[in-house]
Amino acid sequence: MPFSPDDWAAIRLTLELAATTTVLLLLLCTPLAWWLAHTRSRWRGPVGAVVALPLVLPPTVIGFYLLVTMGPNGPIGHLTQSLGLGRLPFTFPGLVVGSLVYSLPFAVQPLQRAFEALGTRPLEAAATLGAGPLDRFFTVALPLARPGFITAAVLAFAHTVGEFGVVLMLGGNIPGVTRVVSVQIYDHVEAMEYAQAHWLAGGMVAFSFIVLMALHWLQPRSKPL
Amino acid sequence: MNDILARLRLERPGFTLDVDLQLPGHGVSALFGPSGCGKTTCLRALAGLERAPQGRVVVHGEVWQDEARGQWLPPHRRALGYVFQEASLFDHLSVRGNIEYGLRRLPPARRRVPVEQAVELLGLTALLARRPATLSGGERQRVAIARALAASPALLLMDEPLAALDAARKAELLPYLDRLQRQLDIPMVYVSHSPDEVARLAHHLVLLRAGQVVASGPTLALMARLDLPLAQGDAAACVVLAEVASHDAAACLTTVRFSGGEMHLVSTQARAPGERLRLRVQARDVSLTLARQEGTSILNILPARVLQLREDGPGQAMVALDAGGTALLARVTQRSAQALALMPGMPVFAQVKGVALLD
Repeated sequence: MPFSPDDWAAIRLTLELAATTTVLLLLLCTPLAWWLAHTRSRWRGPVGAVVALPLVLPPTVIGFYLLVTMGPNGPIGHLTQSLGLGRLPFTFPGLVVGSLVYSLPFAVQPLQRAFEALGTRPLEAAATLGAGPLDRFFTVALPLARPGFITAAVLAFAHTVGEFGVVLMLGGNIPGVTRVVSVQIYDHVEAMEYAQAHWLAGGMVAFSFIVLMALHWLQPRSKPL
Repeated sequence: MNDILARLRLERPGFTLDVDLQLPGHGVSALFGPSGCGKTTCLRALAGLERAPQGRVVVHGEVWQDEARGQWLPPHRRALGYVFQEASLFDHLSVRGNIEYGLRRLPPARRRVPVEQAVELLGLTALLARRPATLSGGERQRVAIARALAASPALLLMDEPLAALDAARKAELLPYLDRLQRQLDIPMVYVSHSPDEVARLAHHLVLLRAGQVVASGPTLALMARLDLPLAQGDAAACVVLAEVASHDAAACLTTVRFSGGEMHLVSTQARAPGERLRLRVQARDVSLTLARQEGTSILNILPARVLQLREDGPGQAMVALDAGGTALLARVTQRSAQALALMPGMPVFAQVKGVALLD
C-alpha cells in the first residue's frame, strides 16, 4: 500500500478544497468576468489589475495578508466573529477563502476572454428575436462561452490542488482539516520519508499532466465564430 | 396609421445622423447611400440597438420610442426581425433551433408566420438538422432570414444581407427575397449600397448622405431624377412596370405592354398574357433619334418627350425622358445632344437596345 491513512486524508481534503473552490469561483467569477468584458467604466483597469495580482504575488504574501485580515484583530475576523462564525484561520472554510483569492485570476481570465470573443452580436441577434437580458445571457452567452467555462474550471481546480504557500500561512498543518497533499509531501520530506513523498509527488505530476491533456481534448478544434 | 415613422438624431464622433423618415407600411423601403452615410446606424436605431436621445419611432401606430414622453421599448419588446450583414447565427443550436429561437419567445396569439412557411420559403427543409458551422455563406444568410421571419415581425429590418456574399451567392439569394416580399405582407426596411438590389427589390427609396436624407420617394421616380446620384454615371437605369401582351415561342420573343407602348424582349420562358413584370432599361442602352428610324435592327423604338438634360461626366449627357408616363433615361454624348439640339419638351424616339427582366 503506497498511501498511508494520513496520505489518503490529505488527498481527500485536497480534492474537497479544490472542488468547493472551483464551484464557488465559477459562480462568483461569471458576473465579474462579464462586467470586465463589457464595461466601459474607468474602474475596469484597476479591477482587472487586482484580479491579476495573485498571479504575480508570492503565495506567502497573499497568505500573510489573509491571515492578518481574518485574524482576531482584522476586519474580516471582526465580521466573522460578530456573525458568530468564529475565526477563519486554521479552518477548512478559511482555506476555501484563501483558495478563492489564490485561484481567482485562473477563473476570471478565461471567462473574460470567452465573453470578449463572443462580442455583442449574438446577444443583439437574440434581443431582436425577443429574448430579454437574462434570457439571452443563459440561452446564448453561456452556451457559446462554454469552452471558457471548461478552461476556467480545469485551471481553477488544478491550481487549487497545487496550492502550498497560502495553505501553510493560513491553514497550518492540521491533519484532516488543513493538511493538503502539498503540505503532506513537505512533511514526508522533512521526515526523510522519500518513498512516501515520491508516491504523492508522482501522483501530482500525473494528475496535472492528465488535467492539461483533458483541457486539450475537451476544447473544440475550431474556434466558434 | 399604416406607416412607419422615425425621427432619429444621433451624435457620433465625426458624424451626426439626423433623419425624419416616413416609410410606407407595405413593401420594401430601401435606405441607400455610400458606406458611412448612416444607413446601418439608422437601422440599428429603428431596432432600438442604438438609442437616439430625442428619437421617436412609430410602427403601424405602435409607439416603439417617444423620448419626449419618456417612452422606450428595448429591442426584445419590439415586434421586429433583424437580419445582420453576417448571418450571426447561434452556433450552439441547429438550424431548426435557430429558426425556432424567436418563435418560442412569442405568445401563440401573435404567431403569424408558421415555421414551415418560413422554412419552405427559404428552401431550408433539407438543412434543419444541420449545424450553422457546416453551412455555406448563402445558406447561413437564408437561415438568418427565416429566423427573423419566424418571429412574426411587424417590421423586417435587413442590413445589407447580401453584402458579405459573392456574386453567385447573391444571385442565389435574391429570388428568395423577391418571393418573401410577394408572399408575406411584412414591410421591410432594406439597407443597401447596390443600385441593382434597390432596383430589383425596393418600392420606396430613401437616399442618405452624411447622415442626412437627400431624397425620399417611390424608387421608380427617384431613379430617374437627374439631380440624384442613382441617375448619374454608367450604371444609371430605369425600372419599367409592364405586363405580358404575347409570347412568340418560335422567335423566343416576349412582347410586353407598358404605359409608353410596347417592347420586345428575348426570353425562352413562355409567359401568360397579363403577367406583371419589372424590367430594367439601362441609360447607356438607350439612344435617341428625332425621326423614327426605318431599316434598323433595333426592335424597341418608343416615342418619348425630353424632360431634362444634364451633363454627366466628360463628354456625356444624361437625358430624362417621359414615355407615356414611364420615366426613361438615355445616356448620350454631349456632341449628339448638341447635334440633335435636345431641349426640354422636345419629342424624340428612344431606341432601346437592351431590356433586362428583374423578376
